[in-house]
Amino acid sequence: MGSVEGNAVTSWQDDVFDALKEADVRQIGYVPDAGHATTIRRAETDPDIRAVVLTTEAEGVAMAAGAWLGGQRAALLMQSSGVGNTINMLSLVSNLRMPFLTVVTMRGEWGEFNPWQVPMGTGTPAVLEAMGVLVRHAEHPAEAGLVVRAAADLAFGSSVAVAVLLSQRLIGAKVFVQKEGAR
Amino acid sequence: MSLDRRAVMAELVRDAGDTLVVAGLGSTAYDLGAAGDRAENFYLWGAMGGAAMIGLGLALAQPSRRVLVATGDGEALMGMGALATIAACGAPNLAIAVLDNGRFGETGGQASHTGRGTDLCAVAAGCGWRATARARTMAEVAALRPRLRAEALFAVIAISPEEVERFLPPRDGTWLARRLRAALGIAPD
Repeated sequence: MGSVEGNAVTSWQDDVFDALKEADVRQIGYVPDAGHATTIRRAETDPDIRAVVLTTEAEGVAMAAGAWLGGQRAALLMQSSGVGNTINMLSLVSNLRMPFLTVVTMRGEWGEFNPWQVPMGTGTPAVLEAMGVLVRHAEHPAEAGLVVRAAADLAFGSSVAVAVLLSQRLIGAKVFVQKEGAR
Repeated sequence: MSLDRRAVMAELVRDAGDTLVVAGLGSTAYDLGAAGDRAENFYLWGAMGGAAMIGLGLALAQPSRRVLVATGDGEALMGMGALATIAACGAPNLAIAVLDNGRFGETGGQASHTGRGTDLCAVAAGCGWRATARARTMAEVAALRPRLRAEALFAVIAISPEEVERFLPPRDGTWLARRLRAALGIAPD
């Protein structure tokens, strides 16, 4: 994880976690991504949050529905490639008219070295919008926490589904090149 | 001898008290409705593969309540990864009962994977579930009932593939969700 623990990166990632914490998110389902590493690590060690590693992103949508039925707020952390795995499960958010918050790290949009990430990364906003999820973007480190905070207010305040897309420019394509090169 | 699905569900939810019951889409949702509608029931009409994870989210949010997920083999197969997720997470107040007819009953009765050799109890055990059980008789189903109210148990109940008359529970998800939340004393957002 050394490459994602640089000061600037850690700072905006901490802002994202803090925004979820301030929104009283108590369940965080995730499929790991380097861009979510700090949020996952802090969620795993926070006594008030249940961090749940998922086998597929669709599980996180269903878990969020169950959490809300039981009176807790949840969030789903995933990579853009996972958005496609959630499509039918997102029928829950409109049928239940439930709050849903997801934070998506983008691949395939800027400086991507793996062409297999490009199709789903390109389709991510349209797929989410087609399923009734409002899409918000964070492009710069200084705004990441603010965008997540605003998205949480919107989702939990009015029982709608909101996705925050953390741009690949924000996350830094270089990180992924280093990590994938090590595989 | 082959168990009648309506009789099985009626036994599973007999004297349900304040147990929260999530039913997977299709016949198990009809079975749960036919056993008697209650505010603590949540019927899925879609989101195939999601019943177990809805149960997990609910169980984590309501640790003092029992949660029972009742679903069919097809629905459980589509969400099979959830068995690993739930085992890894741990939820002592969540149990899952699969009504297994080895068929996709809603779509023409095509043989499912459990009808072709997949053993969901073995899958759950392999995923890390410590307590798994099978039932093939009503006596075994009756013995499962208290365990499903007390343990983190994954149970597979072999039922007859025979089709029964449809019973349609409420299908307005918005209403069902808010009815359940109200029963739990949760104020509107």
